[in-house]
This record gives sequence, C-alpha cells and structure tokens, in this order.
Amino acid sequence: MSVQRSAFIFAWILLLPAVLYVLAIVAYPLVDTFILSFTDASLKKTTNWVGWVNYEKIFNERFAEVIIRTFIWTFFSVALKMVIGTFGACMLNAAVPGRSLFRLLTMPPWIVPMAIGIFMWGWMYNGQFGMISGLLQRFGLVDGPVAFLAYGSTAFWATIITDVWIGVPLVTIYFLAAIQSIPKDLYEAAWTDGAGRWYRFRRITLPLMVPAIITMSMLSLIATFNSFDIIWILTQGGPSGETTTMIIDTYQTAIGSKKYGEGAARAVLICIFLSLFCFAYFRVTRRLNPEKRA
Amino acid sequence: MSSPAMIDRYRWWEIVLIYCGIALFLFFVLSPFVEGFLVSLKPLAQLFSSPYRFWPENGSFEAYRTMWISVPGFGRYIFNSFFISTVVTVIVLCLVIPAAYAFARFEFKGMGILLGAFLTVNMFSGAVLLIPLFRLMRSMGVLNTYLAMIVPGVAFLIPSAIWLLRTYMIRIPQELNEAAYMDGASHFYTLRRVILPIAMPGIIVVAITTFIGAYAQQFIFALTFNSKTEYMPLPVGLFAYFGKQEVIWNELMAASFVGIAPAMVVIFFLQRYLVGGLTAGAVKQ
Repeated sequence: MSVQRSAFIFAWILLLPAVLYVLAIVAYPLVDTFILSFTDASLKKTTNWVGWVNYEKIFNERFAEVIIRTFIWTFFSVALKMVIGTFGACMLNAAVPGRSLFRLLTMPPWIVPMAIGIFMWGWMYNGQFGMISGLLQRFGLVDGPVAFLAYGSTAFWATIITDVWIGVPLVTIYFLAAIQSIPKDLYEAAWTDGAGRWYRFRRITLPLMVPAIITMSMLSLIATFNSFDIIWILTQGGPSGETTTMIIDTYQTAIGSKKYGEGAARAVLICIFLSLFCFAYFRVTRRLNPEKRA
Repeated sequence: MSSPAMIDRYRWWEIVLIYCGIALFLFFVLSPFVEGFLVSLKPLAQLFSSPYRFWPENGSFEAYRTMWISVPGFGRYIFNSFFISTVVTVIVLCLVIPAAYAFARFEFKGMGILLGAFLTVNMFSGAVLLIPLFRLMRSMGVLNTYLAMIVPGVAFLIPSAIWLLRTYMIRIPQELNEAAYMDGASHFYTLRRVILPIAMPGIIVVAITTFIGAYAQQFIFALTFNSKTEYMPLPVGLFAYFGKQEVIWNELMAASFVGIAPAMVVIFFLQRYLVGGLTAGAVKQ
C-alpha cells in the first residue's frame, strides 16, 4: 500500500465520525423538512401530500410582512453591532493603563448563558420599575413610565438592542485582533509625515479593517437572522406580532400550533435565504483572500 | 528622534477622551449585570415601589437564601446544565479533534468542499430544523431525557469547533509530522503523542467555546424536546421564578448569578487562552 493511499484512508477514518454525525442530525432533518413542507402533517395520524399548498398559504397570509420585518430587524442589529464593535475595538486598542482589565470586562454578555442575559434585559425594560424607564424619568426625559415591551415600535428596538448587546463582545474582540494585525510601520510612516491621530484612523485603520468588517457582518447576519431566544423570552413575537421574525413565526406555526407541514414550508424558505447568505459569504471571503482556498 | 514608541504617547485630553469612550462602551456591556446584581440585593417590595431607586435600601443577600426555597429544584437545574454542557463538550472534542487534524494535515480532492459543507451547517440554527429533529428524537425514543438536549446540541457545535481547531492545527509545523514518520511512528501515534500535546491550548479554547455554546443552546432544545422538570437545564428552569401573579425578580437575578458563577470562575482562569486563541483563529481564517 502506497504512502499516499494510507494517508488517504487515515484521513477518512479521522473524518468519518464527525461527518456521519452531522449527516444524521443535520442533513437528514434538512431533507425531512423539505419533504414535510409538501404535506399537511400535524398532530393527526394521517398525513397527505398537498403539493405547493403550504407555500401558497405563506404568501397569502401576513408572512410577506414578517419577511420584510425580519430583514429590517436583522439589518439594524448587524449595523449597530458593527458600529459599536468598531468603536469598542478602537477604545480597547488604546495604550492606556488598565486595558487588559477592560478587555476582560467586555466578555460577560458572550460568556453568560444567553437566556440569563435576556432575563436581565427583561427587567431593564420593565415599564413600571425597570432601570431604563426609571433613569429616563429621573432625568426628566419622559413624563411617565415607559413600558418598552408593551408597544410595537419600542419592543422592536428593545429586542434589537438586546441582540446587539449579545453580539458585541465577539465582534469587538475580532475587530481588536484585526486592528492589531495592521503593520505598525504604516502608522510610523504616516506619523513621520505629520499625520494626526484622526487622519491615521481614517486613512489607515478604517480602510484596513474593511475585510474584517465585511467578514464579520456576513457571519453576524446569519446569526442574527437565526436569532430566537431574545425575541422569544422578551416578547414571544408580540405585541400583536410586531416583533415576529421568520424564526419566531416558524416556531409558533410548527411547535406552537402543531402545523408541522406549514411550519416546514416556512423553514424551507429560511433555508433558502440562509443558503443565499452562505453563497454570498463564500464569494466575499474568497475575494478578500484570493490566495487561499475555501 | 522618531522612535516608534512616541506614536503611542497621548496628550492628556486624549487620555480623558479614551477613558470616556471606554466607560461608555463598558456601560453598555455591563449595565444589565450591574442592575441585575442590585436587583438581587433589593427586597421585593422595594422593587415594586415608585419612584425608581438605583441603589438598594437595606440591601441584603436574603434573596440568595430564599431562592433555594421558592424553587426547590434549582440545584438540579444547575447540575443539569453543567452535566449537559460537559457531555456535549466531551463528545464534540472526541469527534472534532481527529476531523480538524485531518483537515489541517491532509489534502486531496473533496476536502475543501467538505470543509465548506461544515461551515454551511454552522449557519443553520437548530430553530430551523426543530420539527424534523422533534420527529427524529421521538422515533429514537429520547424525548424528555438528557439525550434530547445532548444529541442535537453536539451536531450544531461540531462545525465551528472544527474550523477553530483546524486554524490552530495548521500553524503546527509540518516538519514535526515528517520527523515522527522518519522515526517510524504511525499516523495515529503521531497524532496522539506529537500533535495533541502541542495543540492543547487550541483544544482548550475549543472546549471553552463549545461549553459556552452548549449552555446557550439549551434554551430552544429544552423548550421543545423536554417537558420534565427533572431534566430541565438552567436557562429554562429559571422560568420557575415567573409566578402566577408576578415575577420574583430579586430571586430570579440571585439565581442567575448563582447559576453563572461557576462558569465565570472557570473562564476567568482560562481567559488568557481564550482571548489569544479566538483572535488568532479570527484573523487567520
């Protein structure tokens, strides 16, 4: 047996357990979702093939509105993560005493189980007694208590802010690493030429961060699009559906109302969007580092 | 004259601005924790009184005692969470260490595609596949057991773990493998005795991120695949503090801090690895 061949076999022995596991628990359910989406599966014993009915239903109902809302929700959440992450990374990159402590202090939202952080936000948003409403009143910015989760427009933004809060630590650390990998001599050259700090940031730091920002916004886009826990714990999609995103709606249809077939059709639609994002992600990352494969 | 160090010298007002910026950023990141901690110190009556007071009056750790009494199963929830996350992490490591090594060291047709496929899997959350997963778990007869949360949990954490560990293993010099083969070591022996010890810091990072990920996943899987309180993990178990009339907020916050304290301690000691490993993995892609 040649060396090449033995290496090939060994590599596959190493890969096989992980590959088989993912095939069984992710790929098989994916196929199952697709098949289910053409049936009227529910709690009933019998299941019939119904063709495109579930898909037609999706577009006849309020789902178009849900899709648009999902994209707006995702867009603002990702944009805010990028802006706050860039700001945080620049601040934490500054050579001031205590910075390693400050870097450590950005981690908690990422480390703590998501649900716990969300419970804390739930209290912060509490209209009668929460901190945000309380402080706004104390400083005379609002007249009475503001129940953020009780009204569609404020609940929409409240869920976005919480999503941003959970995503910011990872974005910040990633951007910090990106800033630190910028060659120091660029700054030195600019400095020698008399460029000020703001000018150096605008002309060196920011342009060289662009690949990191693009990569991270793609990854963040996918995570945010899939976001379930935050909305579910804070509002369950309410009030009157104003925070219902595609994931929430799919969950309500499939698990809440036990309409498996209709839920599956929604899930397939989500998968199509996610595949498009993946495709875009691969294209973008390949363009950003053309010398590397995959 | 133009020493590189001088670039980093700030004027006094720049330092003030930077500290203000850091304070603003950390305020956003930490305020829920500060508020949560203050709430856990306040008596319930004080929480529900107007006007709003930031600092507790007669603050005490009373809630940290009563939380065990109002929800008797709380200790069990913490145990469940740690148990599930630990088992998930161990299984993921067993599957991922060999796979990441294969991706980092061997190259032939199809491997790039396979690696891309894993990344794609990473992008599908459990939420999308809940219905078929539910059917799968039901046919396997594991609903309402620990396995209902462990089995899907592992699958969704494999891809990112492979990517992170592969990035780490690629940086281990190829010469080490060649030297080992020269000495007549087998592939398997090389992996176990040469590569694994060197890759340890990377493996620790993957273990921590997987553990954190497993902890976070428990919400949706437990919500859907488990209705037995005895197997309830912490994130869902905390709903026990949502009474019929009102939420016992001070105990809920106390319980949250008790629940996260052990994990925070572990991560505090390992954070040196964590920040280094994450950033290395992030930039090198």
